[in-house]
Amino acid sequence: MIPIIVNGTPRSVDATPDTPLLWVLRDNLGLTGTKFGCGMAQCGACTVHLNGAPVRACMTPVSAAAGQKITTIEGAQGKAVKALQDAWVKLDVPQCGYCQSGQIMSAAALLAGNPQPTDADIDTALDGNLCRCATYQRIRAAVHQAARTMRG
Amino acid sequence: MDKIINPSRRAFLKTGTTLGVGLTLAFYLPVGGAARMKAGQGTDKPFAPNAFIRIAPDDTVTVIVKHLEMGQGVNTGLPTLVAEELDVPWEKIRVETAPADAKLYNNLLWGPMQGTGGSTAMANSFEQLRRAGATARAMLIAAAADNWKVDANTLVTLDGMVLHRPSGRKASYGQLAEKAATMPQPAEVALKSPQDFKYIGKQFKRTDSKAKSNGSAQFASDVRLPGQLTALLARPSVFGARLRRVQTERAKAVPGVRAVVEVPQGVAVIATDFWSAKKGRDALQIEWDESGGARVSTTEQRDQYLALLNQPGKVARSEGDAAQALAQAAKKLEATFEFPYLAHAPMEPLSCVVQLKDSGCEIWAGSQSQTSDQATAAQILGIKPEQVKIHTLLAGGSFGRRANPASDYIAEAVSVAKATRDLSAPIHLMWTREDDIRGGYYRPMFVHAISAGLDAQGNPVAWNQRLVGQSIAAGTAFEGGLVKDGIDMTSVEGASNLAYAIPNLHVELHSPKLGVPVLWWRSVGHTHTAFSTEIFIDELAAAAGKDPYAFRRTLIQHPRLNGVLELAATKAGWGTPLAPKSGVRRGRGIAVHESFNSFVAEVAEVSVKPDGSFSVDRVICAVDCGIAVNPDQVRAQMEGGIGFGLSAALHSAITLKAGRVEQSNFHDYPLLRISEMPRVEVHIVPSQAAPTGVGEPGVPPLAPAVANALFAATGKRLRKLPFETSELRSA
Repeated sequence: MIPIIVNGTPRSVDATPDTPLLWVLRDNLGLTGTKFGCGMAQCGACTVHLNGAPVRACMTPVSAAAGQKITTIEGAQGKAVKALQDAWVKLDVPQCGYCQSGQIMSAAALLAGNPQPTDADIDTALDGNLCRCATYQRIRAAVHQAARTMRG
Repeated sequence: MDKIINPSRRAFLKTGTTLGVGLTLAFYLPVGGAARMKAGQGTDKPFAPNAFIRIAPDDTVTVIVKHLEMGQGVNTGLPTLVAEELDVPWEKIRVETAPADAKLYNNLLWGPMQGTGGSTAMANSFEQLRRAGATARAMLIAAAADNWKVDANTLVTLDGMVLHRPSGRKASYGQLAEKAATMPQPAEVALKSPQDFKYIGKQFKRTDSKAKSNGSAQFASDVRLPGQLTALLARPSVFGARLRRVQTERAKAVPGVRAVVEVPQGVAVIATDFWSAKKGRDALQIEWDESGGARVSTTEQRDQYLALLNQPGKVARSEGDAAQALAQAAKKLEATFEFPYLAHAPMEPLSCVVQLKDSGCEIWAGSQSQTSDQATAAQILGIKPEQVKIHTLLAGGSFGRRANPASDYIAEAVSVAKATRDLSAPIHLMWTREDDIRGGYYRPMFVHAISAGLDAQGNPVAWNQRLVGQSIAAGTAFEGGLVKDGIDMTSVEGASNLAYAIPNLHVELHSPKLGVPVLWWRSVGHTHTAFSTEIFIDELAAAAGKDPYAFRRTLIQHPRLNGVLELAATKAGWGTPLAPKSGVRRGRGIAVHESFNSFVAEVAEVSVKPDGSFSVDRVICAVDCGIAVNPDQVRAQMEGGIGFGLSAALHSAITLKAGRVEQSNFHDYPLLRISEMPRVEVHIVPSQAAPTGVGEPGVPPLAPAVANALFAATGKRLRKLPFETSELRSA
């Protein structure tokens, strides 16, 4: 059994140490908002926060997260996440929507450290998050909008 | 039709579509498909006047959507049609996905099949769903008239209420729902004129944005049934290879693995969870018999295709005498164009849950082709198609991949469930990204050759095009409809109906048969025909010493095609110089194309560095899709189509060596990233014409517009996809 703290709740999961955190979240804990897209940290669909920093859950063995704080889209909250989700809805960013949990988790990490990102900052922070529907233009606009909301 | 409860109340409504496909729709009372689905749930008495609408006592109106929501916005655009004619406020609308039932929910443009594709959802539904809404509204009015003993003609509706203005009486649709269910259905209803639209053409927000922004949207990958097991399938090393032998001991020894079974499609490992199944599959020791497999190598295939360009093919179109006109032309040009195999690579890898029951089987999938999926599952299980119940869930992208006439991933999942029946567990078949990239059903590889001639004034007098590439429709249920005299129309669409007025036109096709499975990929044949024709027209313009926009403008006769061409050029400032940027060569290119009865022109602006690498800075798009039911979603589809087209233009190719697919994941099959996304501006041509599709038509003009912009910037013509930027290096 491996102890992890998921969305503020201590959990103990029955998984082999090499199991990627992604599958612990999805299969052991039923938190399916974090998505599987590639399994090799190429697409960002599985982005979660580990102690506040964005990581790719598909390449993070659960053993590396033992005892640490994991935040998924289901538990993500705070000003940045709220502002991002509102902007995502206001601008109708999603199409198929499959990648958007990961996009928002990456964008939230960006805004946590940079309250006024430029297009280039957004491109750099989100370049690891693929969107096959190519909603990128709206993602950029929504991150700017969320940043404005947060600055008040 | 066997579900009609009270034949005296049934009414058959004649309707038609813009394409002139006549059909008969059955509406019946009181139990439509919508009500049947909910039978036994709760005690409310909903009013379900037809298979598309259910009105509950709490005033909510549930619209049953028969098309797959895969990102293109059907769960928003189609309910808008109902809201318009039924006259209900948007916040009262709920969306439900239709069950698999081709009698109720067939795609009117496909014939007796339920499915989503060919950018048909709006074209199919524009009249059908408005008529459904208007019929329900008429019955609600009739119910109020009966209650209040007034003439129905004195009643009006407003935002989900029926009003009798002379007396001030009013009732909500929910209050009238039970009574309305007992009213006779009108044989005819009047539909609104476009000038009376309240909702169509306005900017309704997507119904799914919230769920898709907080992780709660449910995809097939997310289905979690009690006792469900996860299956991964080891597939043949090359397409068409057979299993020779497999050693399963090591796989079975992996903790969590519950079974290893052989199925016609390969060897499946079934485990309690994905990771155990993956480790189990990795531990299989399999020997494949490749003797009957497709041991294709792309380099040899390319040589064979190029050789076929020199041999006569089947004639797809012939007007005048292109050979003679070419021989007599003052100036002749010729060029060859090349296109690779492409994987759809939707962000959600294929996934399907199957539960076998005494009554048949239930399937949870992002099904894009329910009728063929039902038939495939039924055949494997030896049951009737109607015993296969499909729960269609949101698809995490599809782009054609889930509309496979072979229903490949459904067949796999059902086969695994059948082979593991003794486990009595729902089976969740998952594909990895490697399975997806290597799993076939690609956009076919193509080569084209075009030769054309100009007269002394620079007018094109002859156009001769030959295409080589596998047929998608051959051997499928769509063959009868799509293949005529050996010509698969999806191979030549966009070329055989060239938009330019050239008196002598000749188009030929070779359709070599190979063991690499192919499939429709967002915009299908137009993915390659728009590229070759729109670049070659640019080449002719250059050879004639004419402006590429003006040259097109004089040769195109279709007013809507010219309309988007003009709009895009005007908005892009065609003819004005691009602002120079230091260290780069800049250029602007244009392309225009009709696909799926919609018209799109795109102007691309590029900046090319000395090393040949380049950025697409801005794309100006003009679209004419008839009435834009939801303008913001039309824009979204154009933006997405442009990004999808650019992804293929910049990056994507599937190649094979000795039958093995050489790519496996996003590191060697890259997709467009946010830093590569241009600024996109979309302009919609105002129109009163019936709406046509927008899911695909944004894709075809993008790559040729970029290629033409690169020519404008560098003087180099790139005729092969994906682009090889080394050719753009400064001398």
